[in-house]
Amino acid sequence: MADTAVAPATGHDAHDDHGAHHSSTGLSNNKLAMWMFLGSECLLFGGLISTYMLYRGRHSENLGPDQVWDIPFTSASSFVLLMSSLTMVLAVSSAHRKDDRNTKVWLMVTALLGALFVAGQVYEFTTFYREGLGFTTSLFSSSFYTLTGFHGVHVTVGIIMLTSLVGMIGKNRVPGDKAETVELFGLYWHFVDVVWILIFTLVYLIPA
Amino acid sequence: MTVTDTDQHHNTHEGESHGLSDMGYVKIAVFLAAVTAIEVALSYTQDQLGAAFLPLLLILMGVKFFCVILYFMHLKFDSKLFGLMFYIGMFLAIGCYGVFLLSMHFFSS
Repeated sequence: MADTAVAPATGHDAHDDHGAHHSSTGLSNNKLAMWMFLGSECLLFGGLISTYMLYRGRHSENLGPDQVWDIPFTSASSFVLLMSSLTMVLAVSSAHRKDDRNTKVWLMVTALLGALFVAGQVYEFTTFYREGLGFTTSLFSSSFYTLTGFHGVHVTVGIIMLTSLVGMIGKNRVPGDKAETVELFGLYWHFVDVVWILIFTLVYLIPA
Repeated sequence: MTVTDTDQHHNTHEGESHGLSDMGYVKIAVFLAAVTAIEVALSYTQDQLGAAFLPLLLILMGVKFFCVILYFMHLKFDSKLFGLMFYIGMFLAIGCYGVFLLSMHFFSS
């Protein structure tokens, strides 16, 4: 923290040994920005979940949630995503211990579990489509595909970010504080998991 | 969660710490998996549970939600300002879309 005294003289943000930015709040601006971004994401997913809740009863008699849902399969997908949150937090923990090898391993396991979840979602969408539930079949199907599709895109973006981060750590090209960068990626990943916790209960488990 | 589960070392930034030990995180993950299993089991017994089914499911969902944001996302151990940024967005969403659903007579149907 002694470095902060140098900041006014240099006219730039002070950096500690790890390259982390200090601010007038004493907190990381990057982390604060990530939390603000996640707060704004609540509004996006809140809108999508509300729209689904409103339209979930608007379907034909034989193509509603009760006919198409495969709860055991979706439960297994949910378990996979929950475990990816565990591996992500273990990656963050390893990064704080400056254990690059384990950080990379846990990040890769997280990305693989995320890919498994997305593969499950693609399989689920394909099955529903073959059963006759297209995007424009009903208001229920449109709102369902939009909500879960947006979530799937978020997971996919997370997987791309995680694999990029593994490559950057491998080449030692992570700018600034490496542990904080891993933590920022972790916050995004956990948020995606948190959104799925809501979707799983509100969309799949509560009957229409 | 016991005190022994928490790490003693702190981050470079004020008001931030690393949270639990690795074993602590594994315990949280096992707890989350167990709660998910209970949720799924409840969904198969909704006829027997009657009116208690929905509140029970929503409580379990809330428990999982807060477990992830407090422990995995470190809100319990980090500065309250981070939590404030998130809760502002969350409560804005709940309020805004709650009114939206109310205006569409969602809760009365």
